[in-house]
Amino acid sequence: MLKRVHFPTSALPYLLVAPQILITLVFFIWPASQAMYQSFLIEDAFGLGTEFVWFENFQILATDNHYLASFQRTAVFSLLVAALSMGFALILAGFAQRVVRGAMFYRTLLIWPYAVAPVLAGALWVFMFNPTLGIFPYFLEFAGITWNHYLSGNQAMALVILAAAWKQVAYNFLFYLAAMQSIPNSVIEAAAIDGAGPARRFWTIIFPLISPTTFFLLVINMVYAFFETFGIIHAVTQGGPGTSTTILVYKVFNDGFVGLDLGGSAAQSVVLMVLVIAMTVVQFRFVERKVAY
Amino acid sequence: MADIQLKDLVKSYGPTEVLHHIEGDIKDGEFIVIVGPSGCGKSTLLRMVAGLETVTSGEIAIGGRRVNELEPSARDIAMVFQNYALYPHMSVRQNMAYGLKIRKLPKDEINRRVEEAAEILEIKQYLDRKPRQLSGGQRQRVAMGRAIVRDPQVFLFDEPLSNLDAKLRVQMRLEIRKLQQRLGVTSIYVTHDQVEAMTLGDRLMVLNGGYVEQFGTPIELYDRPASMFVAGFIGSPAMNFLPTEISAGHATLPGGGLLPVASSYSGAATLGLRPEHLNEDENGPIAIEIDMLEQLGANTLIHGRLHGTGHSITASVPGHANDGIGSIRRFSAAAELTHLFDTGSGKRLDI
Amino acid sequence: MVEHRPLTAFLTHLVLILGVFAIALPVWITFVASTHDELRMNQAPLPLWPGEYFLANMKQTLFGSGLSGTEQAPVWLMLLNSLAMALMISTGKIAISLLSAFAIVYFKFPFRMGFFWMIFITLMLPVEVRILPTFEVVANLGMLNSYWGLSIPLIASATATFMFRQVFLTVPDELLESARIDGAGPLRFFFDILLPLSRTNIAALFVILFIFGWNQYLWPLLITTDTSMTTIVMSIKQMLEAAEQSPQWNIIMTTALLAMIPPVFVVIAMQKLFVQGLTETDK
Ligand SMILES: Nc1ncnc2c1ncn2[C@@H]1O[C@H](COP(=O)(O)OP(=O)(O)O)[C@@H](O)[C@H]1O
Ligand SMILES: [Mg+2]
Repeated sequence: MLKRVHFPTSALPYLLVAPQILITLVFFIWPASQAMYQSFLIEDAFGLGTEFVWFENFQILATDNHYLASFQRTAVFSLLVAALSMGFALILAGFAQRVVRGAMFYRTLLIWPYAVAPVLAGALWVFMFNPTLGIFPYFLEFAGITWNHYLSGNQAMALVILAAAWKQVAYNFLFYLAAMQSIPNSVIEAAAIDGAGPARRFWTIIFPLISPTTFFLLVINMVYAFFETFGIIHAVTQGGPGTSTTILVYKVFNDGFVGLDLGGSAAQSVVLMVLVIAMTVVQFRFVERKVAY
Repeated sequence: MADIQLKDLVKSYGPTEVLHHIEGDIKDGEFIVIVGPSGCGKSTLLRMVAGLETVTSGEIAIGGRRVNELEPSARDIAMVFQNYALYPHMSVRQNMAYGLKIRKLPKDEINRRVEEAAEILEIKQYLDRKPRQLSGGQRQRVAMGRAIVRDPQVFLFDEPLSNLDAKLRVQMRLEIRKLQQRLGVTSIYVTHDQVEAMTLGDRLMVLNGGYVEQFGTPIELYDRPASMFVAGFIGSPAMNFLPTEISAGHATLPGGGLLPVASSYSGAATLGLRPEHLNEDENGPIAIEIDMLEQLGANTLIHGRLHGTGHSITASVPGHANDGIGSIRRFSAAAELTHLFDTGSGKRLDI
Repeated sequence: MVEHRPLTAFLTHLVLILGVFAIALPVWITFVASTHDELRMNQAPLPLWPGEYFLANMKQTLFGSGLSGTEQAPVWLMLLNSLAMALMISTGKIAISLLSAFAIVYFKFPFRMGFFWMIFITLMLPVEVRILPTFEVVANLGMLNSYWGLSIPLIASATATFMFRQVFLTVPDELLESARIDGAGPLRFFFDILLPLSRTNIAALFVILFIFGWNQYLWPLLITTDTSMTTIVMSIKQMLEAAEQSPQWNIIMTTALLAMIPPVFVVIAMQKLFVQGLTETDK
């Protein structure tokens, strides 16, 4: 934590931490406590005064069907994003790991989507699925499926899941590949000598050995899907059609910034804060941080 | 002029005192070795002199000036670390010049000093290499060079050779000694290796558990160890210790033998006998039942037990030997080469 | 690979190549869209092979007056804004994290751990959970529509601070002692020894943070209302909205391409640093 030997005490360390602490206080801790405070207030109908109402905003949320539905939707959305991108990455890493020479070549070809902003990922996918022009609806028509994510809530959900998962494959692939490459070759060879074929080796040796990575990625992907996909939703579906893609971060933004329901939005913020804290705690407490690279 | 005085020095970490009332006067140009087992406080003492550890109480003076409150850089010392502590991103030349640069010496003066030190240490051809491109011995030389260029009043060494292999260690040991004699800089050298200590030091400070056991020349330590600890620590193979009763100038050994000692003490005491001071003597009072022979070529170490007792004892005899296990050899020892210690305190009995 | 059967090797490569194609497809389609004219881009099925309007589209996108029906800044200005924001965020984060990690590791001072935890808390407070109040703070400070407003509120960083703390902890204590004996004070030690020793870590982190900064969406959306402050990533939203009236997909997709080229280029060109940065910071 601290060096055995350190510099003598002076004002210097305070000056050194000052910029970071100042920014933290002004832009993080103060606004967060404001959000907490506001979550206890309700504005009257004319926006003239506010009333301190303790947990009423939270009670309203807990009984608000729209909010509960959004909660459920977010859970489904995040799990599907995580499962889809992790599954795809796992398969690709499993094959790439078998390539002795060239694994790094495939890595180069697979990791760059990490650098694509979520909102851009959304733009690319919404273009491919444009109901009148996009290539996918064109081919789906032959399969008897009419695609219009402006009308179908499920199709809109599928679209944002695809876009969100696509971008995240790169990250998952990188970590899976590193984890697999850190397994000693001798273990794999021993299994081969025991007569296990490639598929069996993968499921009985490699997959269990990289389970810490799987858990780590699951947490990271959930956080990603919860928060960083805001851009996709905002640019592609605006939470619609109806509210079929309104996930929690989009709702908190929409209710606060567009709907100007300060207390309700603040209460939602606090709920989200609790969720992030929970995920951070899980990540730090239970995730094997050094997944051995 | 750079003598060093340690006056009633105490160091505590929190409630634990790790150095107890250390006293020592080091003369200008002297080479002092602090020796003792690992954890006894050698590094702590050295680092207090360097200014890297605070002084809990007492005083350190360098060249007559109290330095307790001075920053390391203001004490006019240079230090060589066990792991060399070379700056990995700087070339050898930059490593050596760094301290001088901070002191704002003129460029050509810096260059002159670096070249000169590199000449002395024979590292001229490596001046533009990075530390990682050097072998252990070469890095060691660079670390020395960094100390030399500073032209300090005091050199401090903290086990500088323990990361080298045995052969290089012996060679570097000689070089350090020669260098110190040539430069005449007061030096304090920390080691846990008694051979290194004996060969390097003008005087040795033997530390044990934070206490100074003895402070003297190697010969004084060997001839008149002040305690059982020093007696056992200095000399190889280690001194034998036997419980005895002293009366009328004789020690009664366990098992009954009578050995003359040069002492007028009477009562129980621990007798110390160096293996190399045991002489073969068919009628000698010390009968050793042999357990094992260690053939070293020039001499042979006989390990065994005092006949009829469980006390182990080692003797060193010249040349080869081929006694069977279990056979008995008899020895005597000159009275003036025996040592007596108080069994309780371990202190030397000089009466 | 343990087996040496050609068939398995072939299958392995086949799967991987299909995977690469699947991943690359959206970008390919985008690229193709940027090489056709508006007319072609309004006929289904859309082309799958590049046309010859790439340069024309580029020119029109970068320097033209933007999509009809929108009031957007020229794309070259958006690129500049994005670049400024990304550079300010990444260098800012690195600078203040280096300083605070240095203080926390090398100094013992009252409230040291308090500061440490305060920095840690930022990890749990992403913009998304404090949108409105943070907006108010920035507005009250008069930082709306400025580069400062775009970057400063984002440059506190727990991960970067932790990473540098980790790096500093692996620097042997003897280097500091040596430097002190050589007469180096804290700042000298920081600049002469610590910074050069952390060079690759800084570079690796820079790669990650540059991408992070470039890709900011919600934040610039909140605090820029002036079109001359628009960043390229946030402009996509307005373009998609405009597409419902005037579907100039060739221009929209050229803009999208321009928005992703810089960060993608950084990842590919500095792959080693990128991977190091990603695994060191664990995100
Ligand atoms: N920073 C510290 N805090 C607490 N105890 C320490 C510290 N440094 C050293 N010690 C203790 O002081 C004693 C002497 O240590 P040291 O001088 O390093 O021994 P040596 O160099 O002789 O091996 C040891 O018992 C060690 O545990
Ligand atoms: Mg030591």
